[in-house]
Amino acid sequence: MFDTDKWQEIFSTIKKNKLRTFLTGFSVAWGIFMLMILLGSGNGLQKGVEKEFESSATNTIWVWSGQTSLPYKGMKPGRNIQLVNQDYDAVKRTVKGIDKSSSRYQIWGSNTLSYKKQFGSFNIMNVYPDYGIIERVTIIKGRYINQPDIDEFRKVTTISKQVEEALFKGEDPMGKFINVNGVPFKVVGIFTDDNNGGDDNNRLIYLPISTAQRVFSGDNRINTIALTVGNATVEESKQIEQTVKSRLAVLHKFDPADPRAIFTWNSLEQFQKFQRLFSSIRLFIWIIGFGTIIAGIVGVSNIMMIVVKDRTKEIGIRKSMGATPWSIISLILQEAILITSFAGYFGLVLGVVVLETVGSKIESKFFSHPSVDLGIAIYALLLLVFSGALAGFIPARKAAAIKPIEALRDE
Amino acid sequence: MIRLNGINKSYITGNNQLHVLKGIDLHIKAGEFVSIMGSSGSGKSTLLNIVGILDNYDTGDYYLDNTLIRNQSETKAAGLRNQYIGFVFQSFNLISFKNAMENVALPLYYQNVNRKKRNRIAMEYLERMGLSEWAEHMPNELSGGQKQRIAIARALISKPKVILADEPTGALDTTTSYEVMQILKEINQEGITIIIVTHENDISHMTNRIIHLKDGLIESEVLNGKHPVVK
Ligand SMILES: Nc1ncnc2c1ncn2[C@@H]1O[C@H](COP(=O)(O)OP(=O)(O)OP(=O)(O)O)[C@@H](O)[C@H]1O
Ligand SMILES: [Mg+2]
Repeated sequence: MFDTDKWQEIFSTIKKNKLRTFLTGFSVAWGIFMLMILLGSGNGLQKGVEKEFESSATNTIWVWSGQTSLPYKGMKPGRNIQLVNQDYDAVKRTVKGIDKSSSRYQIWGSNTLSYKKQFGSFNIMNVYPDYGIIERVTIIKGRYINQPDIDEFRKVTTISKQVEEALFKGEDPMGKFINVNGVPFKVVGIFTDDNNGGDDNNRLIYLPISTAQRVFSGDNRINTIALTVGNATVEESKQIEQTVKSRLAVLHKFDPADPRAIFTWNSLEQFQKFQRLFSSIRLFIWIIGFGTIIAGIVGVSNIMMIVVKDRTKEIGIRKSMGATPWSIISLILQEAILITSFAGYFGLVLGVVVLETVGSKIESKFFSHPSVDLGIAIYALLLLVFSGALAGFIPARKAAAIKPIEALRDE
Repeated sequence: MIRLNGINKSYITGNNQLHVLKGIDLHIKAGEFVSIMGSSGSGKSTLLNIVGILDNYDTGDYYLDNTLIRNQSETKAAGLRNQYIGFVFQSFNLISFKNAMENVALPLYYQNVNRKKRNRIAMEYLERMGLSEWAEHMPNELSGGQKQRIAIARALISKPKVILADEPTGALDTTTSYEVMQILKEINQEGITIIIVTHENDISHMTNRIIHLKDGLIESEVLNGKHPVVK
């Protein structure tokens, strides 16, 4: 099958029939190229979504408050619900299945941070130590807010890299005091947050929630509760979400069925929804890609059919000189495989190049680094060789079946 | 070498059946130089193709070198053709995208001779035909006589026992025809059996035995162009 002589025989035919070879190869190259682009884009979508979720833990339940929309025990709808420390403590204490948790009190808008002569406007996020884990903050220097900070109402802060760059201009911020709305806080750490699509998570500083409440608001209000559920299943996670809701319904006296009193966002459920959506998109892409390949195979097969017709006389001559049917089959088959493999490989490489160059420039929410992994490339390659064989097989068999005398008579 | 007993062959086209060979008995010994003559449509080519195992026959027996040739697989037939028979065609049948040397070398490809060796042998045969300087030329750059000599070289390269030539001079002028016949004669003198089909009397008279076909039967045979063999 792989004697060099036969390859030379095939190469010499290919070399002498360039246009034919080119036309045959083009349809295959195109098919594979499209498959690569399709699969790459599918991957890009998938990765985009995964990255979006990666910026915080994928098993998190976020809880925040709204306004009642249903009357309850004689109270009119439209009541504002305000979450407070006691809600967080109650949830944390009574709901089973919670792994990490933090409440959050944020001070939006123009908070002036300053150090020496430098100042800037950033957000202030006041949290418990677990929040760093939930938000997947990366500490690059020092530490995050810790429990003693909370317990002792320390005036410390973990600042983002952006804040450091804005205020310190190359000076080491560790242990220095920055001015937060007029109150000095000691810098104990620097973080970055890999946030897809924006830098909201990087334009802020973290403070211990206890300190912040005492210094800035003077009360016990919180905005958000964040919980992780360990490796709970989607069902368990939804169960926990429900328990939290009903617990808060009791505490704040609203109808547990009220959809607008408390809002929750369950990232695990969302994540799995997206996962399902994207695996069906990927399946769809495979089907389209496969269709493209099939079209390519049919194209090659047709061209090989014409080739066989073109070469009928030659086949007759070869047969009169002792060519066996098998040698004719393998001649046609190997030519088809060779052309499809080469052309397909070309399409494959081109597809990868396009994905790498053009694709890497497209960077948006839900679309990131479109690429094909090695496994898929190998699948595609196998598919190629298989399709080459398939494309060559029917014409080859036809060629071998022609009686020598009929082949010779062909003009 | 070749023994035909009561060979019948019909072509079926649509509803019509055309009985072309109606019982051919023929014995050709090794080393003979035979020509087959007859009017157009008398079945000369059909007979030659059966002898060359390019076509099958309906009834009768055909022995090639004492091997019964009947209903063998195409693979086996290919082997027999490669081993025993060299063809020379009226229309040369050279492969257009191969040069002279590659054309001559082709039968050796089917004997699994490696490329280098078969090209070297092909050059020897081209030299014998006086065509070594044309080795690299493509068929469309050659004259009819040159093409036919290349075809003969190709038929010879596999060292066949029999050479079958269907109107080898049919497309050539008289002078070239005689040159080709001279070559065939020399080959015959080396002991190779040759059967040619021809329409031309002068060509047939250069062979040792002339067989006349008429309406699918052997009408008469002439030895050395002199003695009629009465059947
Ligand atoms: N494949 C075929 N199908 C049907 N009929 C055929 C076929 N080949 C040959 N014939 C018919 O068989 C008869 C004999 O043909 P053949 O080619 O043997 O004649 P020939 O003696 O070689 O004639 P010519 O001198 O013209 O070459 C002719 O009538 C021809 O029409
Ligand atoms: Mg004829």
